[in-house]
Amino acid sequence: MSQRVFVTGIGIISGIGNNVDETLQSIKQKKSGVTDIKYLQTIHKGVIPVSEVKLSEDELIEMSGLDKNEPFTRSTLMGVIAAAEAVKNAQIDDVKEYKTGLISGTTVGGMDKSELFYKDLLETTNHIEYIETHDCGDSTERIADYIGVKDFVSTTSTACSSAANSMILGSRMIKNGLLDRVIAGGIESLTRYHINGFNTLMILDKELCKPFDENRSGLNLGEGAAFLVLESEELVKKTGKKVLAELTGYGNSCEAFHQTASTPEGKGAYAAMKEALDRSGLKPEQIDYINAHGTGTDNNDLSEGRAIENLFGPNPPKISSTKAYTGHTTSAAGGVEAVISVLAIQNNMIFPNLNFKNQMKELSFKPVTELLENVKVDHVLSNSFGFAGNNSALIFSRY
Amino acid sequence: MEVYIKGIGNISPQNTINSSIFLDEVVGHDTDFLSCIEPNYKEFINPIQLRRMSKLIKMGISASKICLKDAGIENPGAIITGTGLGLVGDTEKFLNQMLDNNEEFLAPTAFIQSTHNTISGQVAIALKCFNYNNTYSHRGFSFESALLDGMLLIKDKDAENVLIGGFDEITPEHHSIIKKTRWVKNETIKSLELLDHKTQGTIVGESVTFFSITGKKDENTYARIKNIKTVYKPESNEEIELKIDRFLAENSLTKDDIDLVVLGLNGNIDTDDVYYHLADNYFNTNYAYFKHLCGDYHTAGSFAVWFAANTIKHQRVPEITRYRKENFIEKPIKNVLVYNHFREVDHSIFLLTQ
Repeated sequence: MSQRVFVTGIGIISGIGNNVDETLQSIKQKKSGVTDIKYLQTIHKGVIPVSEVKLSEDELIEMSGLDKNEPFTRSTLMGVIAAAEAVKNAQIDDVKEYKTGLISGTTVGGMDKSELFYKDLLETTNHIEYIETHDCGDSTERIADYIGVKDFVSTTSTACSSAANSMILGSRMIKNGLLDRVIAGGIESLTRYHINGFNTLMILDKELCKPFDENRSGLNLGEGAAFLVLESEELVKKTGKKVLAELTGYGNSCEAFHQTASTPEGKGAYAAMKEALDRSGLKPEQIDYINAHGTGTDNNDLSEGRAIENLFGPNPPKISSTKAYTGHTTSAAGGVEAVISVLAIQNNMIFPNLNFKNQMKELSFKPVTELLENVKVDHVLSNSFGFAGNNSALIFSRY
Repeated sequence: MEVYIKGIGNISPQNTINSSIFLDEVVGHDTDFLSCIEPNYKEFINPIQLRRMSKLIKMGISASKICLKDAGIENPGAIITGTGLGLVGDTEKFLNQMLDNNEEFLAPTAFIQSTHNTISGQVAIALKCFNYNNTYSHRGFSFESALLDGMLLIKDKDAENVLIGGFDEITPEHHSIIKKTRWVKNETIKSLELLDHKTQGTIVGESVTFFSITGKKDENTYARIKNIKTVYKPESNEEIELKIDRFLAENSLTKDDIDLVVLGLNGNIDTDDVYYHLADNYFNTNYAYFKHLCGDYHTAGSFAVWFAANTIKHQRVPEITRYRKENFIEKPIKNVLVYNHFREVDHSIFLLTQ
């Protein structure tokens, strides 16, 4: 358990861009991906705004070079694009050269096709090729085959902390010498299933979401995929590869409170962040930037904000939620925000929390609202909290 | 990596709830698929909560409590589950409501309960367990990933003991769908005659199986899980042999040290070949199989580990589970290897020892 774990590649596709460069440009230009629904067929079109990847499935297939006659879900298509970018970014030519794993996170899985064809699957023999794309493992295996991973594949499914938990397992497998490198992250495509599910919980904002704002009224859902290439210290030394950041800490804690809500004081959020700090050996004041979970719901932003105050004191590090850019990409969120955290370190930037106007009366701090350039960003804390009380936190550090 | 199994809670299509007995009476099923024999939930869950829970949540909480009681542990150091399809019943309920009502007039309960981490979260709530919590959903590696994660937590001293669960459920509606694939038999058979039907497909089952694993051995230990390995898409039987060879060597054993091989035979003539191959050409020992007892499903590996651990604890391979029984030789059971694959894609190997 002594090996350090380094990030050597990143890849992302979301509502604000189809790759890392486009993502950074959108963030710098304060360009949100949240708009009216265009691609998903739902009665909520024009009513509930979301952040869709701005490509049809035909366009995604063309971009990936996959066979259009094969049954691919939207999750898989986004996943192969982001994972391939991460592998390329890490300058990996032959994935099989070293022991490599793929750990992806998803909860919705292939539901986009299941909900489209469900009655057919029940009543006819049409579209039965989509029976086997329903489960969470389908996209992971198709991504593994696309990029050539053979040594280990797995899929985490802890709702909105799935991608963060993928990186945690990946990091631990590297530290234990089970794998030399892991491509870890998550994917989620928008579906009617979870838009309607979140809608029944009455936590969707019909306007643009306002994380950490006194008048926030819910979240905007989003979709996307993001992967990081994690490599062992030994392998990085051997190949002399450029390191983008180091994964210095992680924490995972269960709130054990309620299936879909967190305690007002954010007990689980506190425990996950504290564990990540303890593992990294960093003091709270060494964290330069917190990329918060910050969904924009009453419940999350209050409990996360209080947990941050309890851990960091009344003057916490600079904080923003980037969910007003990407929407809440649920299982992919931990990956999307890990990529954004690495970009913050690489570019010495702290990214704004869009749509913020009024400070929450319960909290002592307000989020960063303008792009900060040429600032010291050596250590970034990234939070991901999910249904069922699954809270995780990651710390990325400059190497 | 090795850990010890200190307690088990297994709700399955067999009488497995009482941990002290081991397949004394076997239940044959002659239905389309194998359903669990459910416990009296009132022993484990208060009646008010019980009313709100779907079947799989009830089974999950009950099995976890049976397991922890068996292990003598009140609050585990971590809770990790694996499931191939998650809460199928709740998913169907919300999906059908949504499709039938054109996305209107929906109630949140089924949606809330339909995420795959519902069981690990609900068990944590029931136990007030704030520790590490995770859920894996990856086909034939779902339970295997959960177990690997738990073994790493113990090795790294992140937890003293870990509650690991594998669960999957089969519903009539889901069965009617997967029956359209080549993985499920068209004909209804008697479960105990699974291997006599040389046809395409298998019979589908379900179970909820929890294990309490620890780093320390004591008098309650069922068996030691020495190691686990997953093999993704091996290209040939030879590659599988090679992987098993290497796996055993890493654990300072050879194939001749294995007293019992538990095979995932599921009666599908398209995909059982590798099991015949290993029994005929690779190993030379005693064999057992188990899917005629529980059916096949993504987390059948959890039932296999339950079975293997009990053969070691009871020093007995029940007659009805013996494969190639004409060659069966009575001998002490020290080293048991479980080899199972899911649709020839996800192959898993477990090594259990006394």
